[in-house]
Amino acid sequence: MNRGELAELAEATLQKQQACRLRLLVCCGTPCVAAGAEAVVAALREQLTGLGNLADLELVSTGCQGPCSRGPLLTVLQPGQPEQVWEKVTPELACTVLNTALQQQHLPEQNLLPQDWPFFNRQTRLVLANSGRIDPESLEQYIARGGYESLAQALHEMTPDDVCDGVVQSGLRGRGGGGYPTGLKWQLVRKSSGSRKFVVANGDEGDPGAYMDRSLMESDPHRILEGIAIAGYAIGADQGYIYVRGEYPVAAQRLRKAIKDAERAGLLGSRVLDSSFSFRIDIRIGAGAFVCGEETALLGSIMGRRGQPRIRPPYPAEAGLWGCPTLINNVETFGNIPSIFSIGPQAFSAYGNGKSRGTKVFALCGEVVNNGLIEVPMGIPLREIVYEIGGGLANGATFKAAQTGGPSGGCIPAEKLDTPVDYENLQALGSIMGSGGLIVMGEQSCMVDVARFFMEFCLDESCGKCVPCRTGTVEIYRLLSRICNGSASQRDLQTLEQLCVMMKDTSLCGLGAAAPNPVLSTLRWFRQEYEAHVKDRRCPAGVCSMNELPLHLLGEQLLQRISALRCDGEEY
Amino acid sequence: MPAITLTINNELFSARKEQTILEIAREHGIDIPTLCHFEGLEAMGGCRLCLVELQGSPRPVPACITKAAEGMVITTSSDKLIEYRKMLVELLLAERTHTCSICVQNNNCELQTLAAKLGIDHVRFDYLHQQLPMDASRERFALDHNRCVLCLRCVRVCDAVEGAHTWDVRGRGSTSRIVADLDRPWGNSTSCTDCGKCVQLCPTGALYKKGATVGEMKKERSFLNRILERRRLAAQGRSL
Amino acid sequence: MSKLRLATAWLGGCSGCHMSLLDLGELLVGLADRIDLVYGPLVDAKQFPEQVDLALIEGAVANLENLELLQQIRRNSRLLVSFGDCAITGNVTSLRNIFKVDDLLTGVYQAGPGSLPRSGEDGHVLPELLPRVLPLHQVVEVDAFIPGCPPDPDRILAAITAALNGEPIQLSEEMRTFG
Repeated sequence: MNRGELAELAEATLQKQQACRLRLLVCCGTPCVAAGAEAVVAALREQLTGLGNLADLELVSTGCQGPCSRGPLLTVLQPGQPEQVWEKVTPELACTVLNTALQQQHLPEQNLLPQDWPFFNRQTRLVLANSGRIDPESLEQYIARGGYESLAQALHEMTPDDVCDGVVQSGLRGRGGGGYPTGLKWQLVRKSSGSRKFVVANGDEGDPGAYMDRSLMESDPHRILEGIAIAGYAIGADQGYIYVRGEYPVAAQRLRKAIKDAERAGLLGSRVLDSSFSFRIDIRIGAGAFVCGEETALLGSIMGRRGQPRIRPPYPAEAGLWGCPTLINNVETFGNIPSIFSIGPQAFSAYGNGKSRGTKVFALCGEVVNNGLIEVPMGIPLREIVYEIGGGLANGATFKAAQTGGPSGGCIPAEKLDTPVDYENLQALGSIMGSGGLIVMGEQSCMVDVARFFMEFCLDESCGKCVPCRTGTVEIYRLLSRICNGSASQRDLQTLEQLCVMMKDTSLCGLGAAAPNPVLSTLRWFRQEYEAHVKDRRCPAGVCSMNELPLHLLGEQLLQRISALRCDGEEY
Repeated sequence: MPAITLTINNELFSARKEQTILEIAREHGIDIPTLCHFEGLEAMGGCRLCLVELQGSPRPVPACITKAAEGMVITTSSDKLIEYRKMLVELLLAERTHTCSICVQNNNCELQTLAAKLGIDHVRFDYLHQQLPMDASRERFALDHNRCVLCLRCVRVCDAVEGAHTWDVRGRGSTSRIVADLDRPWGNSTSCTDCGKCVQLCPTGALYKKGATVGEMKKERSFLNRILERRRLAAQGRSL
Repeated sequence: MSKLRLATAWLGGCSGCHMSLLDLGELLVGLADRIDLVYGPLVDAKQFPEQVDLALIEGAVANLENLELLQQIRRNSRLLVSFGDCAITGNVTSLRNIFKVDDLLTGVYQAGPGSLPRSGEDGHVLPELLPRVLPLHQVVEVDAFIPGCPPDPDRILAAITAALNGEPIQLSEEMRTFG
């Protein structure tokens, strides 16, 4: 395929879509499938077959449309009419919608989401522009929405240096959590000398509660391929890898199909889009280790070694895969690349706040009314995410804190709700942007218990290479457990803090260094809760059982029990 | 070999460019504690005891693996570093069941010596008392996981010097364990050559010669001196 | 000048530390002028006295009796010293921590060889075991530590001398090793 053919295919597909009098988009993201989306698709398919599969009626199984807790979702597009979305769709409801639409009657209002619903209206979708709008397995539909046009533009109109400069101008920073300026990284790898160079996309998303990368890979795989190919061209690589975590089989399968389709169409492989640029992409599947999200561990894993981090420097930009310069970015970062070139770096950097430009995808979950996947401009106040997009807290609960960055991040208390969500502001609060997990907690959550949950996760996921992380996580977890069960002493609290600070400073990789963050940040904002557990043996949120005793009290209790037994003349 | 100048503990030193901070410090008699490090084996940076403060770096850096660079300003000991090192060794003492009094390596143990040197007279953390097995299936040697500090010297020397790669690690985090031949009893290992390098390099009583009782195991390393020195120099691009 | 009121106690340990104390030999005679030994396995006091200046505690906290006594010692003593490895690390006493208490008791007293010990008059056979054997400093505040299994007599002498001179008890590097 050459550039002209790409444009023709886009035009043809678009025309076909516009000619449809009715397009039904059923969300087949994982949560919607779990809620029964497949039955909805089957029912609609049966109806359409019964009608003789008319060319102007289209049914599309899309990727994630967003409001995951309200699935299955059905979006209806009719020419000249605003689009309409139904939540919690049953096969019956879907068929009613189809039939009334065909008879041009008034569509059912049952489960219809309002036109001005803030969940949709307040979002800015760049990375997720195609998610929920196209069939993820269809190359044509991606192309119809301008897909691969950015790659064509880069290959035919720009030098690799121009591409790097474009990314620098866009102000894009790493979306995996580190926030390193992406353009700068590209330039570094471009300048590094090596016999070969590699591009690696990190899709080893592992934070509890985070599923942005999964959803992106499942809903719009070609976007990632395009981003990686542009990066390959920019840095001078001929091979890319996507490292997908093993728990995401659908993502891996869709990416595989996407690679095959793109290669067949001449969008990947040798002489991409009739240029002199050749580029292959392969998938590598993780084996279930959180630490493989750390870049050096990930590279080790791709090379078939034990997935554990090594000390940097040398950074992957100098010596990555098999000692060659390697560019490694998160899949969401790559997902931003096509948008940067389709709307232009300036337009891209118009979104955002301070040094954080563009948009960020968040997996909004926890005690909010509207759980789901959202994309918002950087710098949006947290309050707007929670109360407008999220619709406030479920069951009328009061907001207590939001956790960003998962087990490596921290919590943001209610008094900081107006903080703009961007890299710098979150860091100032002792949290991090992270990969995009955003867990909202109400007053029913005990912050010590929350910290303990994340520490349990980290102790399970520590690779075991360095002492502070391997053993520190276990000891911190034990201290937190003691605080939660009521047997902690004031000195335990002190030891907890010392250990957290030490671990942050001495751990080998980012996982260990960030593991104490949930504890340190809950200590910072909710110290009184820790104190209540330790001093008064009381859990203010009523979560912790507090059914153990500190030793001095245990001794007294046992003695009482024994003297009681002796009075009864029983043996014990 | 290009020379560089750097400052360690307020004193200026000149050094070769490929040297690590640790090598330079030791050449000049400045003591930095180490445990997983062994001269001539590839540095791992796992025990974190050799952390030093480097001006301009937000966190301490491991001296064993950080190459010296022109103008570096390094502090090898401070209240903070001493406290960190103490905590790290305390964590190791708490992690497995290092009961010195009944150990073959008593009084010849690097961990025991290190603890005393760092001023540790008690451990502030919970002893984990993990239930770990011993492997005494090999004819001449035995492995006691309860005394292992996971420094991986055995893994590295077996792979890089003996070339057998009998040892590796299974599991992760605090459940990591040294295994022979993809987790078979050591006695069934077909790759092990019985050379004993792992045993002699083990800093504690985790790997020992059978027949030794409490305090009787002494590690004999001189037979490895030459080959390890050659490897150490080769890492700097030099030869003996 | 009033004498230093010294108490010793023997919790979950083998009494080896006390043997090592006796190994001070004739040096003990010299100390006798400056020390009153007011409690411990070496003297015949039944109750732990009040206002003890220095308490050397051997052994780990293994059972309820240990726990009770240790808490009393802490209340009545100015300086409480963990005396020997069992008191400091749990040492051999704590090796039972890999078992559950019930399994341990069944294993030793029912499934093991020999006959069950006969019940005492008040049904009090064994003091109730704690779920885990603990070093002293995890139970009470400890002021100083004398490591060793057992600690050499010179370590004990160094500690007592420091206390006599009103100095903090801090042993030197070679006197600090465990084991």
